[in-house]
Amino acid sequence: MRSMDNLTGKIEMINGPVIRGIEMTGFKMREMVTVGHKKLIGEIIAIDGDEGTVQVYEETEGLRKGEVIVSTGKPLSLKLGPGMLGNMFDGIQRPLKKIKEVHGSFIPEGIGLLSIDEEKLWEVKFQVSEGDYVKQGQIFGTVEETPLITNKLLIPIGVEGKVTWQIVPGEYNINEVLLKVKDIKGKDHEVKMHQEWPVRTQRPVAERLQIDKLLITGQRVLDIFFPIAKGGTAAIPGGFGTGKTMTQHQLAKWSDADIIVYVGCGERGNEMTEVLEDFPKLIDPKSNRPIMERTVLIANTSNMPVAAREASIYTGITMAEYFRDMGYHVAVMADSTSRWAEALREISGRLEEMPAEEGYPAYLPSRLAQFYERAGYVKTLSGESGSITVIGAVSPAGGDFSEPVTENTKRFVNVFLGLDKELAYARHYPAINWLNSYSGYSEMIQKYYEKELGENIAEIRKKMLSILYEESKLLEIVLLVGEDVLPDDQRLILEIARVIKIGFLQQNAFDDTDTYVPLKKQLEMLKTMELLYDRGLQSVKRGIPISVVRNTEIYEEIIKMKYTIPNDNIEKIQGLNAKINEFYNQLESEYSV
Amino acid sequence: MKREYLKIDRVHGALIELSKIHSVGYGEIVEVEDRLGNTMVGRVIKIDKDSVVVQVFGQTMGISVENTKVSFEGKPFEIPLSKKILGRTFNGLGEPTDGGGDIYSEKFFNVNGRPINPVSREYPRNFIQTGISSIDGLATLIRGQKLPIFSGAGLPHNELAAQIVRQAKIQSKEGDNKFSIVFAAIGVKHDEAFYFEDAFRKAGVQEKVVMYVNYADDPIMERIITPRCALTAAEYLAYEENQHVLVIMTDITSYGEALREVSSLREEVPSRKGYPGYLYSDLASLYERAGMIHGIDGSVTLIPILTMPNDDITHPIPDLTGYITEGQIVLARTLDQKAIYPPINVLPSLSRLMKDGIGEGFTREDHPDVSNQLFSSYSKVQEVRALAQIVGEEDLSDRDKYYMKFGDAFEDRFITQSFNENRDISDTLDLAWELLKILPKEELDRLNPDIIAKYME
Repeated sequence: MRSMDNLTGKIEMINGPVIRGIEMTGFKMREMVTVGHKKLIGEIIAIDGDEGTVQVYEETEGLRKGEVIVSTGKPLSLKLGPGMLGNMFDGIQRPLKKIKEVHGSFIPEGIGLLSIDEEKLWEVKFQVSEGDYVKQGQIFGTVEETPLITNKLLIPIGVEGKVTWQIVPGEYNINEVLLKVKDIKGKDHEVKMHQEWPVRTQRPVAERLQIDKLLITGQRVLDIFFPIAKGGTAAIPGGFGTGKTMTQHQLAKWSDADIIVYVGCGERGNEMTEVLEDFPKLIDPKSNRPIMERTVLIANTSNMPVAAREASIYTGITMAEYFRDMGYHVAVMADSTSRWAEALREISGRLEEMPAEEGYPAYLPSRLAQFYERAGYVKTLSGESGSITVIGAVSPAGGDFSEPVTENTKRFVNVFLGLDKELAYARHYPAINWLNSYSGYSEMIQKYYEKELGENIAEIRKKMLSILYEESKLLEIVLLVGEDVLPDDQRLILEIARVIKIGFLQQNAFDDTDTYVPLKKQLEMLKTMELLYDRGLQSVKRGIPISVVRNTEIYEEIIKMKYTIPNDNIEKIQGLNAKINEFYNQLESEYSV
Repeated sequence: MKREYLKIDRVHGALIELSKIHSVGYGEIVEVEDRLGNTMVGRVIKIDKDSVVVQVFGQTMGISVENTKVSFEGKPFEIPLSKKILGRTFNGLGEPTDGGGDIYSEKFFNVNGRPINPVSREYPRNFIQTGISSIDGLATLIRGQKLPIFSGAGLPHNELAAQIVRQAKIQSKEGDNKFSIVFAAIGVKHDEAFYFEDAFRKAGVQEKVVMYVNYADDPIMERIITPRCALTAAEYLAYEENQHVLVIMTDITSYGEALREVSSLREEVPSRKGYPGYLYSDLASLYERAGMIHGIDGSVTLIPILTMPNDDITHPIPDLTGYITEGQIVLARTLDQKAIYPPINVLPSLSRLMKDGIGEGFTREDHPDVSNQLFSSYSKVQEVRALAQIVGEEDLSDRDKYYMKFGDAFEDRFITQSFNENRDISDTLDLAWELLKILPKEELDRLNPDIIAKYME
């Protein structure tokens, strides 16, 4: 009998990662196949009569015409279950540690389909019992996946009915049948610890909710000026050397998401190694556990096969959806989405499709939209709230933001954090340009600030941003006529802008105090700078010369407060405020006579 | 099982097309012999039904559709490697050209290599002292790093590379026997290649050098293989012979152009400036071969040199290179015109691995702060100079005048050094402190007060 999962075809054409086969009637679109005697993994991307086109996720060198293509009967899918956290996978969820154990330091082709560990035993606790009626997406049990994260076991999508049998609680591997569920038609379903899910399909949710919470990152320029919301989308474009990866790493380390999925898509191997070495050493302040325990890494470095790069983004977001469905807040870092777009372009070119802008396929915008739209704040099928925040780095060619990937990404994200070459050259990090960046969430999460900080920060944000904007205009004038000719109130703007830039916007990722700053301290710092401005302006208006108003000692002390005010003793900042008031009171009384 | 074919359908530039071919492997090596008996090597780059497209690494002049023998070797492009390659010179395809005879080895290596598993990589942290202040101080080279030199036509990048070869302390502390140099010349002029040969001789390292040379007048298609031969040799020396290998490749721009030529012959959809869409992946397949592996005491440090067409750093080749490599050293024509050697423009120069390889325990505790301060102050110098152009130097504020003074001193004393001057890292840092003293103390906002107290007084 010829079953559906061993259909075979023959290789007819080979062109890099794209191959075409014949005698492939019965193969399905987007089906996973194995190619050649080495059993390379591939996916069907076009069907024409009995001809099928396959993109291959491994190196095709040595493949011969006439070798066999075998169907697997299922689309490219992930095994979603315990064992993902703390691990690194390639673009199609094959564990790199395991590959190293078996194949050594270099990655060969023909590894076959591996996934999460199938032998490891996990202790299962149940939340349902025999006789209970369960629905898809419902949490039926738990596993302590890492000391930090509890994996909540979900009834697979499409399964609903009465629990007719349940295994005794204990330690099992992911393939063990834990429950048997009889549905309304009398059909039996076996429920295991893991479930399979096709990467290109969104996992269902009960409903989408309004975005209204801040994703706390501890990075001042983000949390105060350009906030990212939980369930939101953000893009970080920047030329090389402007610090995209650095910013992504900072967010992965410090943001208050429960789970981080970090997708290294077509980037440097050493960057992934760095994450692997650093994250186990970094301790999450809330739980006192290494942040590696909440992190999943997906690596398709720039020298790994290009087709798997295209898949890696979907692998990442699908894993994120799985954790979201347990009621977690997940942040997906995609570094870099441009490499993903280039992979699309390369495959498209090999398929001889008609190109749109700069050789990119015409479906680039729709693919980008599909990806970013998988973010969101939702009510899960089990009734909990969870979210996926997507933060994508963009690497524009030549650092030019008008290229197609940046332009199209801009249409589908709400936060745009433009990285600036000039700032990076001056080692102003994070090199986020405050003039062309924006966040569409500041309004939506206003209530959140009010609740957390007890006040509305819209006013002060606006005021400080307008000082920075004013400065940029004044600098143009300064460039023509010099600083000395400006009136004192405008020179004060320049001085305060300098304080904001160095003392607030610049943040030192390598300093223990400055690398993560609590929200409260961020606001207090900004308020101190506002006080400095207000008092300075008042004095200038009374005719006191700027050379006196700008007191070097006080200004330097305020610039250094990011280091000198401890994060756990923010009250100390009041001393600084008192000092400012005292100085200007004194100054004004000296000049009033 | 070698099969020979005698009929070619089509010759188109460096591509030949054959049909009625039986089992052929993708990427397989092909030998082409014209009727006079000249042989060339090629590679299968496309299989479609029973026709095969072969890219020939040589001149297709003299090839006719008849009487040309084409034989398929049944294996990918491999080169034999042993320790005997040290001190030898090869052409762009890895064939000896120095009259020293063939390399005999049981081990053959596929020039395409395989990606290093990120889990197996060891994160590079060991500082390599080059003795050049602007590199050691501001864009530190780390063992296992890929750090390109972005240059322009006529700028002294070859001198700089030669100076690095001569001065760099690549070896580990145990002794200096475990380092070697692999030099790949891709489409370079004869005199440039000669310059490097001479430089290696003068540095007394010629016995440690392996050279792969494709001259500017050699077949363009060879250029696609040349860097791969060199990197395969480097990987062999590093991971099989536990050597610390420094690879110098010049000029990547010629490599990119060869790639573009093949792409246009294949009628592929171009992306920017006619370069193929896979230029990024292709360059990455070279650069990413640098690195270190856990448990192996060898390393591949890569210094590619590329000339930016029209000094344009946004040109696809420097642009994509910068996205893959771990930083870049940028040479500037404006500095060269001021007769500053080495003309390193420190502001766009960067070493991404520097942060983990400098400071206490690596170089000196003040190094991170000092380099940060130099960058910040020197970028301020640029603003002040722009202003001085308009208002004149006399009308600058006092603060700005200090910056002018600092900028000149920085270029004259810190960046400038002679071709033969080898500065120790502590000399470099001491010099930096001397220069920073020119600025008012409150301008030094990147320095930790404790460090100022320790080094300023």
